Amino acid sequence: MESLLNRYRNITVLLLVIFAQLVLLAIQVKNGADVPLIRVWTVTAVTPVARLVEGMRGGGSGFLHNYVLLRDTSAENRHLQTEVDRLKLDNIFLKNELNRADRAKALEVFQRQTASKMVAATIFMVGAVSNSKVVYVDRGTLSGVQRGMGVVTPDGIVGKVIAAYPTASEVLLVTDADFAAGVISQKNLAHGTLKGQGTPMCKMDYVAFEDKIDPGELLFTSGDDRIFPRGFPVGVVKAARVAQPFKEILVEPSGLQRGLEDVLIVVQGAHQAIPDTPPVSQPVYIAPAPPGNPGTDSGAPVGAAPRATGTEADKLRAIYKSAAEAQHHTFGEGGPGIKLPDFTRLPAPSATPNAGSTPNTGATPSTGGAAAVTPSPKPPLNKPGTLLNKPGTPRAAPEAVTPGAGRRSTPAAGTPPGGPPH
Amino acid sequence: MSYSGDRILLSSQREGQVSRFRAWVMVLVPLAAILFQVYVPMFFEFLKFLEMPLLVVIYFAVMRRSQISGLAIGALVGLAQDSLSQKTPLGMYGIVKTLVGYFAASVGVRLDVDHALLRLVLAYFFYVFHQFFYWVMARALLGQQQLVFEWGKTLSVAALNAVVAVALFRLLDRLRQTG
Repeated sequence: MESLLNRYRNITVLLLVIFAQLVLLAIQVKNGADVPLIRVWTVTAVTPVARLVEGMRGGGSGFLHNYVLLRDTSAENRHLQTEVDRLKLDNIFLKNELNRADRAKALEVFQRQTASKMVAATIFMVGAVSNSKVVYVDRGTLSGVQRGMGVVTPDGIVGKVIAAYPTASEVLLVTDADFAAGVISQKNLAHGTLKGQGTPMCKMDYVAFEDKIDPGELLFTSGDDRIFPRGFPVGVVKAARVAQPFKEILVEPSGLQRGLEDVLIVVQGAHQAIPDTPPVSQPVYIAPAPPGNPGTDSGAPVGAAPRATGTEADKLRAIYKSAAEAQHHTFGEGGPGIKLPDFTRLPAPSATPNAGSTPNTGATPSTGGAAAVTPSPKPPLNKPGTLLNKPGTPRAAPEAVTPGAGRRSTPAAGTPPGGPPH
Repeated sequence: MSYSGDRILLSSQREGQVSRFRAWVMVLVPLAAILFQVYVPMFFEFLKFLEMPLLVVIYFAVMRRSQISGLAIGALVGLAQDSLSQKTPLGMYGIVKTLVGYFAASVGVRLDVDHALLRLVLAYFFYVFHQFFYWVMARALLGQQQLVFEWGKTLSVAALNAVVAVALFRLLDRLRQTG
């Protein structure tokens, strides 16, 4: 029996192993369920080694690629440089698009605020002749553009249409030698004709030598030429010289200063007034007063001198004014012979807290008015010499601190400049 | 390394020398073969044709000249291979490789398995057997009737595996314990 088992041992083991696996397989097939335990064992055994191999591969590959095999680096550099260049171009393009959008918005706002009917156009081509200042815009007769119409931007006039085609128009710029337009100066209302010279500067012609026009003065269209409606900005006078029979006036056109791309064609003009102020006038922001200033409180004690800002004369004027108001006196009312306020009862100043601690302040005034700016907390009437007892001028001091007498005798010495407020 | 002369058939079982391997070799080499099977084709897809676990099973089975040892290695490697493939039920490759291990060990008892030509033929034959038997089992046990056995492809891939097997077996011969 034992020898029989030994003889068939191998085949027995084989059959057992096969049978066990068949049972395993049958269980899975019949139940449709997996045997996760064996898979977990295998994966747990294999995964760490696989990770190790992957780590070694990644590290070795990285080392090889980063430190040994640099043959692709130059090609990659070139590729990246090309990419950077392309992105730079894209950036410039997008910035231009943004600027274009801003300009379009500005044109739209200008178009809305102007009474004239205008058509927006884009300059897409320049004239073929090198010395002519001619451009082409993408609007033509199909858009209502006709020969002779004015072309403007919010900054100023640009030129006029000299030829209109169905889909495009030819525009003669203000700087061209053949260009002319009627203009008027803003301040002195001097009439003239703007003429191009073929250079960036234009000239204003036909201004009589007796007409006044100053450099820096703004010019606007006068509407006389029947091309541009009255009131469009033209430029600024850069130089004006007296000559015979007309003045020589150089004008810098404002419509071309920021470059040309988008313009407006005036298809139906409406005259407007010449503005009194320059086109660009921005309101000035004034910050609120800093907190903690005693004189600015509305609940300031009655009788105390209000805090006055400004010059020393203003402060002194505020002191006298408050004294008069305390005595129910209103300046500017009443006729001759009205009872004047008693300026001997000046309120105690609170705006100059250091005055009492610096008694010598009043001893070194340069003028009598300036000396009274720093009144002592004590009434100056009681100690007249403390304020204006200046060496060499002993008699002036008492008169100065006695306003009633002072005003009669030496009004300039004791009263504020111009005297008490009326 | 030296191959025995021109004799392929051994006159008796005693003529065949049982090769011995260290334990870590018996563990790491099959593990490396399984890793190769699941890892290398990720980067080199053209190496997918290599059935490295099968070649390792054949090698250890024929070199150990022990049928029980051969079937055990075949069963373990096959089950591990099944485990790493969620599509394959556990036991498919296990059964096939168990049979391969057993028969390879049986051949190793009779033949001089150090001979390169014999190794080539063995690898070729057992590859075809492995693929064919797997196909039979898949149809019979799993009911995958749509599976078609591609003879041409199987025979050509078997040839490639056989060539690789000869080189691999020479490499693994270096891990044999001497003396």
